[in-house]
Amino acid sequence: MSEYVFEIKGLVKNFGKNEVLKGIDLSVKQGEVVSIIGASGSGKSTFLRCLNLLEQPTGGNILYHGECITDKSFNIRSYRTKVGMVFQQFNLFNNMTVLKNCMIGQQTVLKRSKEEAKANALKYLEKVGMAQFIDAKPRQLSGGQKQRVAIARSLAMDCEVILFDEPTSALDPEMVGEVLLVMKDLAESGLTMLVVTHEMQFAKDVSSRVIFMDNGVIAEDDKPEVIFDSPSNPRTREFLYRILNKDI
Amino acid sequence: MSFFEKIAYIWQKYSATLFSGVGTTILLALVGTLMGLLIGILIGIVRTLPPSKNKFVNGLMKVVNFILAIYIEVFRGTPMMVQAMVIFYGYAKLTGIMLPVIASGLVIVSINTGAYMAEIVRGGIISIDKGQFEGAQSIGMSHWQLMFHVIIPQVLRNILPSVSNEFVINIKDTSVLNVIYVTELFFMAKLTASDTNMVLETYVIVSVMYLAMTFTVTRLLRLVERLLEGKNNYTIHGSQSDPRAEIKVTKEA
Repeated sequence: MSEYVFEIKGLVKNFGKNEVLKGIDLSVKQGEVVSIIGASGSGKSTFLRCLNLLEQPTGGNILYHGECITDKSFNIRSYRTKVGMVFQQFNLFNNMTVLKNCMIGQQTVLKRSKEEAKANALKYLEKVGMAQFIDAKPRQLSGGQKQRVAIARSLAMDCEVILFDEPTSALDPEMVGEVLLVMKDLAESGLTMLVVTHEMQFAKDVSSRVIFMDNGVIAEDDKPEVIFDSPSNPRTREFLYRILNKDI
Repeated sequence: MSFFEKIAYIWQKYSATLFSGVGTTILLALVGTLMGLLIGILIGIVRTLPPSKNKFVNGLMKVVNFILAIYIEVFRGTPMMVQAMVIFYGYAKLTGIMLPVIASGLVIVSINTGAYMAEIVRGGIISIDKGQFEGAQSIGMSHWQLMFHVIIPQVLRNILPSVSNEFVINIKDTSVLNVIYVTELFFMAKLTASDTNMVLETYVIVSVMYLAMTFTVTRLLRLVERLLEGKNNYTIHGSQSDPRAEIKVTKEA
């Protein structure tokens, strides 16, 4: 066993001839909240998707508690129950109610009984403040509500890590806050989180580490204070200047 | 005899014959459409399987997909009447046994409809956004689980208008099975017409019967469509001041 949840070594991902990830090295400890920032096209989302194997890495190693997740013998499905993912577009199941959305994975993948799955789903829907809406279908919810249900769906699998892929980018501005609040709660409860985000305030306030990705590599990896107040890489400075419209 | 007297005469003497034909036609169309849909769904699931890590399985998948492509092209590309002849007489020639006509009719309609349904289902699966596949994969669901619980229920609802189309087509097109002596409505009509020598009157009655069948089927499937859509209203459990309050929301947000 390793003290790290993730150890990523030399991760490369190509789409055809297009090199998107050019060798990523990163280790993540239990309970860390890592924000990943960077311009669009820098490979942030692709990196996150490789961690969940929604994209198959072209090269390099991803170790999860010391086990290589691209090994043939590795149980991807059981791994995915431990490493949840929250998407920009929510990706809820449109044919199911809020409650069923949070139960179906437990029943089919974890083989839990209906009662057990329901109790667990309710517990986490309560936590994200969506317990009132268990009977609603996704189409009847606002974006912020959908995203909170999506978070509960991952949590209901009793996951250890959640990967957030721009969770607030598709939301109306007034709904961003409610989702970030839930995420802040989760961060404080000790869940390991990797968050690709454009919410700089969130990255600064909530994360234990911030990673700046540029052109397929990690350009800077440090504490939020350092990244936001005195970044060492000129590219980081340039990016933050463009985003925050202020000199650092 | 006037036109209407002839109609009345046929109705009196031959309605039992014609209705037995109606029964066979409905049986053929219903079983054919349902079996065809089942074939279509299975093919749809198989053809959307993600590539496997195992090279042998991948190779096998390619062969299976190739066979399925041939099946679809052949059965969509030839008339059902010709398929009926080839299968019925071909089977008899190869085995020396005549297939029971109803059974061969059911098989032919099913595999013929299956070829169309495979494409209809494929279209339905493509129309579901990729995000829901990824959402299901991200919590560890297998391809069959995500298809069965998430995708196919939505596909069924979306393709119902096309399925209804196929059903109506089957009610009418099973008439070609008279060439292998399946006693469906058209076969019975030919019998009645030659018996009575009242050709026009017989086929006027028969066309009303076909119309009654197709109309009923389209209405019934519209009803099913509305049922599958599900409720638009839902209940919010608890309000800010009262945790036991129940707020009924009757309009979509």
